[in-house]
Amino acid sequence: MAITLSGDQAIPGPPLSARLTTPQVWGIVLLAPYILVFLAFVVYPVGYGLWLARHPASYVALWHDPIFARAAVNTLIFLLVGINLKMAIALFLSGFFAQQRTWIKWLSVLFILPWAVPSIPTILSVRFMLNPEWGVINQIIFKLTAEDGPNWLNDPTVALGMAIGVHIWKSLPFWTLILMTGRLAISHDLYEAAEVDGASWSQKFRYITWPSMQTLYITCTLLSMIWTLGDFNSVYLLTGGGPADLTHVLATLGIRYLRLDQLSLAMASIVCALPFVLPLVYFMMKRLSR
Amino acid sequence: MKLPTLREIGTEAKLLLIGIPVLIWTLVPIYHMFLFAISPKEDAFSGKLWPAHPTLNNFKIVFYQEHYFLRDFWIQFFNSVVIALSAGALTLMIATAAAFSISRLRVPGGRWVMNLALFTYFIPAAFLAVPMYRTMGNYGLLNNHWSLILAMVTIASPYAIWVLKQASDKLPVELDEAATMDGATTLQLFRLVYVPLMMPSLVAIGTYAILLAWNEYLYAFLLLSKDTEITLPVALGNFLAADDSPWELLMTTGFIYALPPAAIYYAFKRYMVGGLTAGAVKS
Repeated sequence: MAITLSGDQAIPGPPLSARLTTPQVWGIVLLAPYILVFLAFVVYPVGYGLWLARHPASYVALWHDPIFARAAVNTLIFLLVGINLKMAIALFLSGFFAQQRTWIKWLSVLFILPWAVPSIPTILSVRFMLNPEWGVINQIIFKLTAEDGPNWLNDPTVALGMAIGVHIWKSLPFWTLILMTGRLAISHDLYEAAEVDGASWSQKFRYITWPSMQTLYITCTLLSMIWTLGDFNSVYLLTGGGPADLTHVLATLGIRYLRLDQLSLAMASIVCALPFVLPLVYFMMKRLSR
Repeated sequence: MKLPTLREIGTEAKLLLIGIPVLIWTLVPIYHMFLFAISPKEDAFSGKLWPAHPTLNNFKIVFYQEHYFLRDFWIQFFNSVVIALSAGALTLMIATAAAFSISRLRVPGGRWVMNLALFTYFIPAAFLAVPMYRTMGNYGLLNNHWSLILAMVTIASPYAIWVLKQASDKLPVELDEAATMDGATTLQLFRLVYVPLMMPSLVAIGTYAILLAWNEYLYAFLLLSKDTEITLPVALGNFLAADDSPWELLMTTGFIYALPPAAIYYAFKRYMVGGLTAGAVKS
């Protein structure tokens, strides 16, 4: 992490009792719009949400709702499988895209497309590819084997796997790009010295690449965890939570309860996720606010 | 000309072995969307990899709103544009002022505000959606474009302030001192020194906020529901509600919807990569 010393840390501020100078008055005036937005659209909603989730009865109801338990497990699978797979591939591909070749430069321009285009149309496109009757995948399977392909989104395990796939498809380019900047920052001399000493490919990775990218990799993984927890689109637009509400994750579950007009359950399900989210948030803030 | 050695050919082959699957994986969903957009209805469902009779007729149907699902296409497109631009402009104004105040004027408590903003940034947006929906209801803003604009500003500002603060911390303090010495007021300092020097970061942040608002689906479908008020992504989602959805038109609309952000992304890539990836995960 880059160390950025902000000024107010280096120079002790004047005592609060001191009269405010003109720049400070302007400082307050210029900061005021954001503070207003923060109060009206963060503090108030969060407080109101917590107030709605205050009844212990909501948590009992959640506890007895099999869909909630299923969603919690799904979220865990989504995070564990999705993120580790994604970050491992991103680490591997960052090495590939760091190669100095013209065709790889061009490939990297195309590779960023999933990140650059909005997720709705592409997820819907995947959804239709997986359609059991008219989808292109089952049509190809039918042509090759003369047998009907599987009903992809009708099996909860496969459907969740597909949602993870869509998530990886969408966010892989971003993380590859970030890890690539990390890789390019490693001094080339190290690799040359290793080359002279006859180090193998895996030795170079183990003793040069990994030690210098470790911190970045872990930061990226944690940040990706927080964002993946909030990934609503990949699940909602691909499976809609179905079949039979078996592929919900926490991000879509709140909306499901909202639609069923069970507002306190919606808020309670989010509150249940907070013990896992807040430590991550705290950790990331410590890293980034330095 | 030097002939490539066997080892070089081997390396190149290995790279191709990685590159080709990556290319296919990346392009398949996008190509599939494009294929539907240029296919007549009967070709679209045939499972061919290239339509027998490619056509631009789908685009014509969308542009002339010739289908029941598309009767408000232009209004929805316009809504998307207005909301994205307003959210971008508002975020830029609020975040620039806040970053200037925190980083250059060192307003008391600025560090606190920065930390609170960062905290908001790390709370997944989907978690805030339900309370935000209720709040907008309480404010009487549901079904009003302002609800989505303000929600987008709320979500985009924290990151915007953080990136701008990081960038403006790098500007030398002597600049401000020199300008103040020459008798510049605080506002002149902001207008004539700060904003011009921050231009690359401001472009990046403006683009970021515009793309965020243009791409947003969850908040848009919660906060807006009238056919003439919704944005394009919500309209696309509504296609799904029907059993006999015209998928080739859905894909065509989706393709049109995806073009502007992709174009903006590639046009501002220079700024985006410099200003944002460095800020996204600083290491």
